[in-house]
Formats: sequence, structure tokens, C-alpha cells
Amino acid sequence: MRFDGYKTEGFYDELFDSQGKARSGADLLIERINALPGAELQRRQKTAESALLNLGITFNVYGNESQTEKIFPFDIVPRIIQAKEWQVLEPGLKQRIKALNCFIDDVYNDQKILKDKIIPSDLVLSAEGFRKPCMGLKPPCGIWCHITGTDLVRGGDGEFYVLEDNLRCPSGVSYVLENRLLMKRTFPMVFDACSVQPVNEYPNRLLDMLQEIAPQGVRSPTVVVWTPGIYNSAYFEHSFLAQQMGVPLVEGSDLLIHRGEVMMRTTKGLERVDVIYRRIDDDFMDPKAFREDSMLGVPGLMEAYSQGKVALANAPGTGVADDKAVYAYVPEIIRYYLDEEPIIKNVKTFACWREDECQYVLENLDKLVVKAVNESGGYGMLIGPHSTKEEQKEFAKRIKASPRTYIAQPTLDLSRVPVMVEDHFEGRHVDLRPYILYGSKDIYVMPGGLTRVALKKGSLVVNSSQGGGSKDTWVLNAEGGPSPESPVQKQEGL
Amino acid sequence: MLSRVANSIYWLNRYSERAENVARFIDANYQMALDIPESSGSQWQPLINTTGDHELFEKLYGKVTREKAIEFLVFDRNNPNSIHSCVRAARENARSVREYISSEMWEQLNTFYLMINSAAKEDSMDLPHQFFADIMTASHTFIGITDSTMNHGEGWHFGRLGRMLERADKTLRILDVKYFILLPSVDYVGSPYDNILWGALLRSASAFEMYRKRHGRIDPKKIVDFLLLDLHFPRAVHYCLDTSMSSLQHITGGRRGTYSNKAEQGLGRLLAGFDFASLEEIFELGLHEYLVKTEAEILDVGISVREVFFSPQVADTATEMRALE
Repeated sequence: MRFDGYKTEGFYDELFDSQGKARSGADLLIERINALPGAELQRRQKTAESALLNLGITFNVYGNESQTEKIFPFDIVPRIIQAKEWQVLEPGLKQRIKALNCFIDDVYNDQKILKDKIIPSDLVLSAEGFRKPCMGLKPPCGIWCHITGTDLVRGGDGEFYVLEDNLRCPSGVSYVLENRLLMKRTFPMVFDACSVQPVNEYPNRLLDMLQEIAPQGVRSPTVVVWTPGIYNSAYFEHSFLAQQMGVPLVEGSDLLIHRGEVMMRTTKGLERVDVIYRRIDDDFMDPKAFREDSMLGVPGLMEAYSQGKVALANAPGTGVADDKAVYAYVPEIIRYYLDEEPIIKNVKTFACWREDECQYVLENLDKLVVKAVNESGGYGMLIGPHSTKEEQKEFAKRIKASPRTYIAQPTLDLSRVPVMVEDHFEGRHVDLRPYILYGSKDIYVMPGGLTRVALKKGSLVVNSSQGGGSKDTWVLNAEGGPSPESPVQKQEGL
Repeated sequence: MLSRVANSIYWLNRYSERAENVARFIDANYQMALDIPESSGSQWQPLINTTGDHELFEKLYGKVTREKAIEFLVFDRNNPNSIHSCVRAARENARSVREYISSEMWEQLNTFYLMINSAAKEDSMDLPHQFFADIMTASHTFIGITDSTMNHGEGWHFGRLGRMLERADKTLRILDVKYFILLPSVDYVGSPYDNILWGALLRSASAFEMYRKRHGRIDPKKIVDFLLLDLHFPRAVHYCLDTSMSSLQHITGGRRGTYSNKAEQGLGRLLAGFDFASLEEIFELGLHEYLVKTEAEILDVGISVREVFFSPQVADTATEMRALE
């Protein structure tokens, strides 16, 4: 299988330039794949897929009872990011999370940014992710967003934009680590030759960060990962991260509050828990503070948290800053708190609660992407150019009824990467979700992150629940040279 | 360790052991049926009885035939003790403690499940022996992987405890059912069939070769002695209870001859009975009665294990308050 007939079709391609020539850094990979005999690449793809199935690296799909587990589709052609591109993205991501963290802390304490009218007060306080019980909270070291997964896209102009900030429980990092493992098994030689920055530091970094935020005076803190249970769509990841860090994976029923402290039930009685990496939504954490009908929660947890008896990552209430309406103000937020210009741009966003912009949106529904601010995972979206007149009418009605809940953005020509389609390559749209850990000492950005790919021809929706797959993401070293985590010594071939 | 995790490890081992035992019963029976001329459904009824699910079988299938028995015991998901159901339950339990067990253990159980699952879809059995041998091998592989990749700490001991209690129970059941089928068949005494039938009993417990090495001639009393009281044969009830006790004491830190909770007390008492048992006394009481009594006592140990370790009561008002809320 060769790239000979591959066409970029006018899109920005991550591996080829507009002339169809391999981009620098990707040339070696292309050359090696082209040199593979006949059906070798398909064979390796099959091997990789059966490895995923045997490893049980699957996710659960809601509303699909009979077949609850699926492999997350994986394409073995990696996406490559040049060192010099990464040198811009990394500080840009750090800058953004720093500002958003300041914003959250401010919203739940002094509300200066609202008083200074940088962002409309009612917009923030009515945001779906705003949690009143968090008012006045002071998390350890002032950090709210310990773990972030920021969605980036590259437009037709070749520039990266932030599409979405995921500040609650971003998932997918386990796929990055597993994909990398799989790629090292599948392409040891080419991996070695390409000098790729390692990602496998992540679990250590995560554990270090979680231990750092333990309540004061705790010497060797007990860290746990909290999962809603095996039927959660990201259960594999919860279990994977707990395993990689060597800490217990708990469910709500394992925890209770005893004399004001969080305890877990063990075979030898109760044991204190100091830090919880929770992968459960705010609403379900504590029926006393949030949703009363939560069966998954631990009654009294928020009380223990506000007393400083336990640390939570992420802190509750962070959702206020990844609201799609607040998104439109992030450049302002960066300027306000850091007095810096944003390094990575926002996608141009029309806010339907501003009359003139709403008018524009309604007149251009066939060209825009409309998003409900309270929905995620690719639900509640209208992709203008791919929509019917009926769908546009339906959305116009919804927007007029509730302008606060809609934003619109121009349709982006998301960049593409070649994927294997039967016996040849075709371009498919991708995004990129790097993961960021905000510790008390520094901020760590995982080099690369999860490249999600819309496997359906022409589709722009990369979410796994909507037919998306993933690819390994290779951020190249600036100096070149062998990959630090390469499994083999330098040899010829693949 | 977390009670929930201990519970899952205990059960995933019990279920994979159960699947292995069912495979072994069926395989031995299948081979035996081929050796007996007037073979019909009659060899398959006792097999259903062994698993203790004869009532469910009758409800679902009616009269026992070979095909129905195999379908029920291997693939039927309505039967909670079919091989398919057991391996599925073992895997579900493993899935909920993936972070605790080794990846190799999970991978083996997952592959095991995928194998049964694809066999269930094909629904064909050209080479039944190979299929059952594969199941037993999968279970043995799992035990080997567990022993060589997991810390032999508390979790491992909970797993072994579950496995050994399950195995003791299954050996008792097979002995109970087979002994009574075999004993009255006076016609067969001294005939080649006599050896075949007793051989099948031993094979159901994978005990044929080891029995030969230990006792040589096929002798019903010695077979009972071997399967119940031997301390070296890994499927003998005595061995299983002895190993269970050793795991339980690793968990509690207790010493042989003492107890600190109900589970230790029950198992210790049961084991002491085996330590000092004699075959004569067992037959005096009646073998069937003895087996039934022992089965019940093992069941009680299982219940105590659950009460002591898996759903511990908090010695404070906290849980009560929580329950009230």
C-alpha cells in the first residue's frame, strides 16, 4: 500500500503540503510506509486491532444495550506535529489554563471580573456549570483545574485554534498511552528513526501532582481514583489510570464520611482517603450539596472538602469556565488576569444573546456550526453546510426561543490526515486534545495528546460516540536524534 | 484492600474455577458415554444433578438428552452456572478490579471470554474434547498467570480462598452424584465397565493418573479416600480446605488452631474434622450424609467470609446515620 494516489483535495493535510509533497518530519514515515511490501500495512493494522480487543481497550456506548462495548477505532498512520509548532502550542496552553484557573477562583470568591464588567455577570452566574455551593471555596494552592484536556483544531489556513476547554473530567488520555504502546510494537523501526517526544511520563506526573495537593500535614497521602462504575463510558480509562499510578479505584459505595473525614471500606476496617481524583460529575458527588437523587455520591463530601480534610481533583465548579458561552470571552479573560495577548486563538464565535450577532447567525445557518452551550460530545449541534432546510428551520426556532443557550462558529476546514480505507489512503478530518496537569510547582503539558479522527468520509465530528477513531500523535524533538522511549536500537527497515 | 475489590477477586476465581469444573465434568462424561454401549440420556442426568441446577433444567428443557445437557451446561445464558455465564461473570468481576490485578490476568480472562463467546455464536461442536480441553487450559493458564504476575498478598489470598472453596465444593458434588450412580450397578462389578465408570469418576476430577500413582488398583473405597482425604492431590477436598485455611490465615494474620472471626472458626473446625477423619467413620455415618453435611459447612464458610470481609459493619454510628439519610 502506497501513498501514490493520495490527494489532499484542497484541505490542510498534516502529512502532505498542498503540492502533495511530504512535510518535513513526515517524509521518513511516508518513505517507510511506501517501502512496505503489498498488504503488510493492512496486516499490521489487523494485528493492532486484535491486540486492542484482547486487551479489552473498549468504551461503552450509551443507549445501546446489547453491544455495550466497542473498541475505540484506531488508525495506525500517525499524525505528526513539528517541534516548532509544538513550541508555540505548549506555552499557549499553559497561558490559557493559568488564566482560566484565575477566572474560576475569582468567580467563586471576589468576582472582580464581573464587577469590572469584562464579562456579563448574568451569563456567568446562569452558566450550566456554575455551582453555588462552591462560593467561597479556597482549594489548596489556589488550583481548581488540575487536569485539563483542551480541544485544538487546525484550520484551512494551517493555524491552530482552541475549539473547547474541557475543565471537568476530560477523558481520553489512556488511549494516548495505549496507542503509543501499540505503535511502538507495530512500527518499532520507523518510530526509532523519527525522534518522537515521549508521553509515558503522564501517569507519574499525575500521581506526583495528586500527592502534592494533599491536605496539609499528611505525610504519605492515600490517593484514589473515583469512578462512577464499570458501566461508565470511560471506565477503562479510570481503571487504567488507577493501575498505572498503583492507587485504589473506588466507587461511591466504597466511601463514607466518618467523623468528618473521608474513609474507604477495606477488609481491615476503615481507611482514610486524602486525595480523590474524581471522574464523576459535580452533580453526583454529594447528594447533600448537589443533586439529592444521586445514588453514586458520598453524603457529606463537600463539607469535608470545604473543611480541607480531603483534596479533590478537579475541584467542583470548574465547569463554569468551559461553558460554551464563557468560551467567547476567554481572550478577554487572558488579557484581564495575565495582561498578555492570547498565544493560541479562539475560533470566531457568534453569541446568540447579542442581538446583532444572533441576526447574523439566523441569516447564515447554512454556513455556520451552531452549538448548544450545555451539550457536549457532539450532541445538540447543527453543522450548517451538511444540514437540511428542515434542520435549519428547527434550529432557528430553538435559537429564537432561547438565545442564551446557543453560539455559532464558522465551519472550519479542519485539517486532515491520511487513514487506511480498505486498500488505499484517504484524508479524514482530525482534532487534537493535549492534556495539561496543573501542579503546585509547575504546569505539565503532555507532548501531543489525543488525535481524534472523523472516520466517516467528509464528516467533521470526531467524537467516539459518533463514529470517531483515534491516531497516535507524534511530536518531534527539535534536535532530531532517536526517540528517548524507542524500543529498538537503530536498524534499517520498519 | 477495599472490601469490594476483595469480593471481586474472590468471585472471579470462584467463577473461573466453576467453569473449569463444568468443562471437566462434561468432557469426562462425554468420553464415558462413548464407551458404554446402550448409551442414551441416562449418563447425562447425573451431570445436571452435579451442578445442582436440575430444577432449572427441567423448566427450560424437559427431558435430559446429550445435546440439551451440553447446551444447558455450556452455552445457556439463562443458566447462571453454565460455562458461558461463569466465564462472563469472572470477566465482569475482573473488569471491575482491572487496576488491582495484573494486566496479564485481565488479558487472559478477556481472551478466555472471547473464545467462549465466539464458540457460542458458532454453536457447533465438531471436536468437543478439544473445546473442553481448551477451557481447562484457559483456566489453568489463568491460575499460572495469577501466581506468577500478582503479588502474593491479601488480594491473591482472597482469590485462592475463593478458588479452593469452589473446588472443594465441586469435588464433593461429583463424588456424591457419581458414587450413587455407580454403587448399585452390581451388574458391572468385575466387568470392564466397572473400571470404565470408576475411571470416569476419577477423570471428572482430573484425578485418574494421580490416583494410579498413589493407589494403583481401581478400588471404590480408595477412590473416595483419595478424593476426600488426600493432602497432596490438588483437587482433594482435604487439600482444598487446608489451602483455604492457609490463605485465610494470611489474610487475618492468625495462627493454625486459633480464630478471630466466624470465617476462621468455621473453616478451622471443618478442617480439623478432615485432619482427623477416617474412612471407616465416614462410611459408618453414610457417605452421602457426610458429603451433604460437608457441602453445607463449606457454604457456611462462604457466607461467613462475605460477612466478615466483604460487607464489614462500621463500629460506629456513621453507617447507621448514612442508612437513615
